[in-house]
Amino acid sequence: MTIKYFAATAASAACLAAPALAEVDFAGKTIEWVIPFSETGGSAKWANFFAPLLSEELPGNPTVVVKFMPGAGSTKGANWFQEQEHDEGTVLFGTSGSTQFPYLLDDPRVRYEYSDWKPVMASGTGGVAYLNPSDGEKFDGTANNLKDVNFIYGSQGATRLDLVPLLAWEMLGMNVEPVFGIKGRGDGRLMFERGEATIDYQTSSSYLGASADLVEKGQAVPMMTWGALDEGGNIVRDPTFPDILTFKEVCEATEGCATEGEAWDAWKAFFIAGFPVQKIAFLPAGTPDDVIETYTAAFDAVRNREDFAQIAEKRVGKYPVFVGEGAAKATQRGTTVSAEAKAFVTNWLQEAYGVSLK
Amino acid sequence: MDLFATALPALGQAWALILQPIVLGYLVLGVVMGLAVGVFPGLGGIAGLSLLLPFMFGMDPVLGLALMIGMVAVVPTSDTFASVLMGIPGSSASQATVLDGFPMAKKGQAARALSAAFTSSLFGGLVGAAFLTLFIVVARPIVLSFGLPEMLMISILGLSMVAVLAGRVALKGLAAAGLGLLIGTIGEADAGGSLRMATYDIPYLTDGLKLVIVGLGIFAVPEIVSLLRQDRAISKEAKLGAGWGEGVRDWVANKWLSVRCSLIGVVVGVIPGLGGSVVDWIAYGHAVQTTKDKSNFGKGEVRGVIGPESSNNAKEGGGLVPTLLFGIPGSGSMAIFIGAIALLGSGEIEVGPSMLRDNLDITYSIVWLLALANVVGTLLCIAASGGIAKLTTIRFTYLAPFLFMLISFAAFQSGQNFEDILALFLIGLIGIFLRRFDWSRPAFLIGFVLSNPVEKFSNQAFQIASFRFRKSFEEGMDYIFSPIVIVLLIITVVSVVLGLRQAKSIMAEGDVQSGSKRAPLVFLLIIMGYVVAALINASLIPDYNMTDKIVPLVVGGIALAALLILLVQMILRPERDPIFADKEVSGEDADAPYGLWSTLAWFVGLIVATYFVGFILALLGFLISFLRVRAQAHWPKTLILTACGIALMCVMAGALNRDFPPGLLQGAVDLPWPLN
Repeated sequence: MTIKYFAATAASAACLAAPALAEVDFAGKTIEWVIPFSETGGSAKWANFFAPLLSEELPGNPTVVVKFMPGAGSTKGANWFQEQEHDEGTVLFGTSGSTQFPYLLDDPRVRYEYSDWKPVMASGTGGVAYLNPSDGEKFDGTANNLKDVNFIYGSQGATRLDLVPLLAWEMLGMNVEPVFGIKGRGDGRLMFERGEATIDYQTSSSYLGASADLVEKGQAVPMMTWGALDEGGNIVRDPTFPDILTFKEVCEATEGCATEGEAWDAWKAFFIAGFPVQKIAFLPAGTPDDVIETYTAAFDAVRNREDFAQIAEKRVGKYPVFVGEGAAKATQRGTTVSAEAKAFVTNWLQEAYGVSLK
Repeated sequence: MDLFATALPALGQAWALILQPIVLGYLVLGVVMGLAVGVFPGLGGIAGLSLLLPFMFGMDPVLGLALMIGMVAVVPTSDTFASVLMGIPGSSASQATVLDGFPMAKKGQAARALSAAFTSSLFGGLVGAAFLTLFIVVARPIVLSFGLPEMLMISILGLSMVAVLAGRVALKGLAAAGLGLLIGTIGEADAGGSLRMATYDIPYLTDGLKLVIVGLGIFAVPEIVSLLRQDRAISKEAKLGAGWGEGVRDWVANKWLSVRCSLIGVVVGVIPGLGGSVVDWIAYGHAVQTTKDKSNFGKGEVRGVIGPESSNNAKEGGGLVPTLLFGIPGSGSMAIFIGAIALLGSGEIEVGPSMLRDNLDITYSIVWLLALANVVGTLLCIAASGGIAKLTTIRFTYLAPFLFMLISFAAFQSGQNFEDILALFLIGLIGIFLRRFDWSRPAFLIGFVLSNPVEKFSNQAFQIASFRFRKSFEEGMDYIFSPIVIVLLIITVVSVVLGLRQAKSIMAEGDVQSGSKRAPLVFLLIIMGYVVAALINASLIPDYNMTDKIVPLVVGGIALAALLILLVQMILRPERDPIFADKEVSGEDADAPYGLWSTLAWFVGLIVATYFVGFILALLGFLISFLRVRAQAHWPKTLILTACGIALMCVMAGALNRDFPPGLLQGAVDLPWPLN
């Protein structure tokens, strides 16, 4: 008993002492959390959720305000952040999959470098694809019976997060025709409800908010989730939807779909950037370690709040929040793809949709 | 029927929730804050709501809703001040109000126009709420019956209002609308991501131009410059003729128009994806078509104020349907509203399909809080309108520098780029010349506003229709020619035919005289140059991105055809023909003591100085030199007014947590706020 007890005490003492050791104090300061999107998007929701909680946990309880700097598909804000220098640690920047994808795809507007920045918190989401009832009947855990069906899908654009579902359906041999130009996934769902689109996907919180209702009423049939990542970087069942198959399982069961090879690697790389490591909070390049540690401790305290799971579930979804070392690792995973994966996706975008980022 | 069995008790509960003193107190607080933000052009509900967000976390849901709804509800009411008094479209909801509201202010009837507008707003808000109370329980299937072809038809119906507003020479109106549509396509295409008249080297252009900037540039800049040149008060007699009581009587006389336009507002507001951009134009067109004597439109016809103002508040109510029932925001402020609702309480209110089932009482509370906020806001506005209308009797030279200040700030807030101000200036130039040569500015703006919806819906509807046609011919026909589409098609055709017949009597720019051939011809050639450039640019987009090029090509082609016919007409016709309308020949502008370019130079000065030393320092220099040199004010007056202007900017920016445009100086040296 003693050794275990001693270790536990020491650990908790260290934890308690950690904030006291930090000399960083934000009393009377205002921290600007810059989001490179408009006030109306998911990233705004995410930052607005965390901002007051962060304010409570940072030493000196600074005011945390969320500022919006939309433009050029978030590359404008990210380019701005690249030029920021450390200044008392009062600037925080939030990116999302839409910032990571142009970076990964060598969009000519990208003048930022993720590896320069200091990640302090990362969080993710999941996604669920679903079918209309009549085609849903043909779904038996494989896509074998769906290969000769023509689907229509309301899409925001092939170079956005929609890359992940579009590539997944293509790998399953399904014939999905995207209707481009919708403004958000909500519009896609509406198109599905009107019967104009016949296949759709939503991120977890939107699925729970609206699409699950359709499933209940028999107007939609869930097909698969994109899955979640475990510690070792493997794709496992999404904890929010443990009963729904993952794309990996469906792919394994479907003829002609392989969970290895360049297509799979490319899909997985972009899946990680788009979902489990979708949103990251950064401090600018050159931020000293003590400031980083202060933020890490604060975000750690936020995620360890007793009511965190409960308040987060409705607002940002029930997914792990990474801080410190975990956030750094997650960022690493979410912002690097192999040259082969990149080449594969670039080529596929050009061939399938005529999209080139030049 | 059981729906109504649950609806009635829920309605009772909703009223019980609302009618608590503390809830009403929060509502009034929200309304007052909304009015304070809303009177400034271009800021509107988004800025105000963002300001409230930090307080929403864990707040009692009903109180939070009261505060937010109070704020959102009054923006389309309070922005009427700017539209009527200054000719500045405060938001997309009040563009059509400018057309007749501002001429009324010029005639010294500002108070009348304002109170007619506010009474209409109030009534529209109440009609909206009453309609929604019944409609919301059955709304879902009806909303779902509006697919892409239906939305495309409504956009086209909106576009058909160009026919009414085209002006004396219909081809000029058509070409102006085409130019507006083309300018609306600038930037990255929604569908395939191709660039139209833009390059990645100028990231600003890839996002396209913002409505705030185009609205301000097309309507506000030309009016400010013109009034400043004439060096007089907005109201010609420099006194207020009609009082606010008359405006209320105007409304009573036109109450059925108000009812019809309110219903137009709710119905169009209900359809997700269209938002408010077309509502006020459709209402304005309706007001014109149902008026016997059309000769006063554009010159200060009160029906032209009552129509759009009745519709724009009703639209807010209608916009709640997609927001609450589908979780799809109808506007930017509604999107923040959805986000904020999730923060309220313990997050138990979830916007979306479950709203009616689980939170019908909250849904009804929202509907009626909105109506109540309209009542409170309108009463406050009517009470204030008499006093605020006095602004129109002040010598305009004292107002102009502050208006330049406000519109520059508003433009910058739309995207936080220096280019925003530059774009405002360039669009302002287009506006000045469209006005001078009597090319319909409303037609241009309608084209711009509807550019994106028309392109998006036609591409998407085409794609889905061809998908259906591949299945079977009948399925495709059923999809395109649904009953709703056919009805809308008939309305559109009727409105175009009637509109063209009436357009000649509606002169939005007044009776413009014709003079020499040269200036109008040069302007025509410049527009033609842009249209040709846009056409060439679009034709270079590779064919696999047909979705990105087809609309610019078709629209550009039509505009070019109209321009070519005009060119031929210009060559053939004599100088006195209305086609050569030119405000510099005779009339107010021609007789103005100051020239166009020397007046515009002041605005250019503010922009150039901002580029070098940042907004606040530039403003300091601009206000002092303008008031001293142009207004010939004494030093004490100059300094006091300058201090007031700078203080106003700082308070606004500080309270709303907004930045000022930085200049080169700020890039080199670290300066304290507000100089940074």
